Amino acid sequence: MSPDDPAMTVPAIDADFLLRLDEIIAAHKGREGPLLPILHDIQAEWGHVPEAAQPVIAEALGMTRAEVHGVVSFYHDFRDHPHGRHVLRLCRAEACQSMGAEALADEVRAALGIDWHETTPDGRLTLEPVFCLGLCACAPSAQMGDRLLGRADLAKVQKLVAEAGA
Amino acid sequence: MRVWVPLDAAARALGADEVAEALSREFTVTRNGTRGMVWLEPLVEVERDGVRYGYGPVMPEDAASVAGAIRTGSEHPLALGPVEELPWMKAQTRLTFARVGVIDPLSVDEYEAHGGLAGLRRAISVGPEKIVDEVTESGLRGRGGAGFPTGIKWKTVAGAKAVRKYIVCNADEGDSGSFADRMLMEGDPLVLIEGMTIAGIAVGAVQGYVYIRSEYPDAIRLMQAAIVRARQAGILGQSVLGSGHAYDMEVRVGAGAYVCGEETSLLNSLEGKRGIVRAKPPIPALEGFLGRPTVVNNVISLASVPWILTHGAAEYARLGVGRSKGTIPVQLAGNVRYGGLFEVAFGMSLRQIIEEIGGGTASGRPVKAAQVGGPLGSYIPHWNFDLPFGYEELASKEGLLGHAGITVFDDTADMLKLARFAMEFCAVESCGKCTPCRIGSIRGVETIDRIAQGDETGIAILTDLCNTMKWGSLCALGGFAPFPVMSALTHFPEDFSGRREPRREAAE
Repeated sequence: MSPDDPAMTVPAIDADFLLRLDEIIAAHKGREGPLLPILHDIQAEWGHVPEAAQPVIAEALGMTRAEVHGVVSFYHDFRDHPHGRHVLRLCRAEACQSMGAEALADEVRAALGIDWHETTPDGRLTLEPVFCLGLCACAPSAQMGDRLLGRADLAKVQKLVAEAGA
Repeated sequence: MRVWVPLDAAARALGADEVAEALSREFTVTRNGTRGMVWLEPLVEVERDGVRYGYGPVMPEDAASVAGAIRTGSEHPLALGPVEELPWMKAQTRLTFARVGVIDPLSVDEYEAHGGLAGLRRAISVGPEKIVDEVTESGLRGRGGAGFPTGIKWKTVAGAKAVRKYIVCNADEGDSGSFADRMLMEGDPLVLIEGMTIAGIAVGAVQGYVYIRSEYPDAIRLMQAAIVRARQAGILGQSVLGSGHAYDMEVRVGAGAYVCGEETSLLNSLEGKRGIVRAKPPIPALEGFLGRPTVVNNVISLASVPWILTHGAAEYARLGVGRSKGTIPVQLAGNVRYGGLFEVAFGMSLRQIIEEIGGGTASGRPVKAAQVGGPLGSYIPHWNFDLPFGYEELASKEGLLGHAGITVFDDTADMLKLARFAMEFCAVESCGKCTPCRIGSIRGVETIDRIAQGDETGIAILTDLCNTMKWGSLCALGGFAPFPVMSALTHFPEDFSGRREPRREAAE
């Protein structure tokens, strides 16, 4: 990966960062229960929730920093560091297990040379488990970005990864 | 000539986008929801003289030859004939899912042409009290799993005095083996909007939220788009269909926490807090979202209401068995030959569902067990498959209807591993508020590991631990995690003993 790849770069805490953060907060502040929508937008913008954003959010919403941190750390979706350019998610739930998801995961991890939550050394791909994509009648399943895979096998997963340039 | 290719996530996962793209070069392609026959996806349909003919499963590489068959009307090996005449379709009683797979999900005109909005119009004309009576008399119970009578919940909220009340739809469908909510939101989002609007009028709520899990990006996108269409059509807004009742709603997205499917945890999450379970009382009907009276109902419960209002409570209550009235969308998942969604009146036996409808296992091996009701549901052994599908009927055998998902396992399933997974899942997803769940699940994993090492003294400890979790946990996560564990242990003790011996491999 190149060092200027936005998905992998921790944003500089500068005027631009704060400006964009303020925009995001302002877009949701008037809603009932604005914190999750704000965090989702931040994650969409920077690929994770930068720690520097937390005190700004806390101030804007009248919460303590600890409360904001507590929310960020509670949910599996919110990350405190950037992930690879693409995230491959393999379902590990029961319906997929009944169709060999565990063996598939072993094969994929061996083929990619990474374990769960790890990113390939070139920064292109992060592997994450997911507990149910609702594709239980065509198990096992996988997801990468907007692409979904049913009746997944190693070849299909590798094709998905290759097509995404990951 | 109109050609249909589903946009449902399951169809997309099997190549529907590529098929749609290929066919759209030659035909007018409409993207519909799925009919629920996932083993036939991508299922391409062609409408001729008002009859829809199916082809499936159409893989991207089949698209060209199917296009040829559609153009010339010639035979094709994937041709299925009229879709409505397929045995899977004919054997169903599709009330809630009547339009799913049939219409363009975002077309208000098609929605209305297929019976949509009749329930809302009747609701407006009969008024709040009669709506609540009708829903109560229908016998509709919470389809999310708890089975609480929907009408009683609504009556409580309707009777509560507050400046602002809410309708919250629980679309945090995290149970493996369940996809009814997803399929409905992708295939007929307007029916959920209609159901929530009726609920709003019934209880005097002017704002609704659909809390959808982030793992369902397609459902989120379609619900959001449908809400915009509904506003344009005057279904949502300051005066619902000109009635003077104000009601509007929006989508909120979860953030990957299974426990947020529990209603009080969901409410905390919606408020922007950690998804920690609240102790009850107070019940959400009186102190829910932001401390105000709130109806929290599952997608299918709310989406069933328009049909009930259109056709009357008696017609709905006529169907079903015992105290389980109406229809239930059974979801067949996992190692099953014909997987998908099958809406039917309560009361079919599990054997009929799994063996006749589902056609047994996908692997062709004998069925060992089925987990009914999601990750917190019991493993029901194949010798208990004569149980009728209903809330009390399953509970009589320590089973759980849950969200009506059935995950089938063949005889290679290792029940100890599945029991361990249930405990591990509970440990990962525990909100941490109560000790039996937070600590018990971790001890459960450790104890099962000991049993796996051959230490059978662990079995008594595991049984005792499950009992503590079952009775001591604050919500269903810690309280029900013992069901898959104990059912696995009770019915398949051979998988828990003699673990020092080499195990039979799945690839045998």
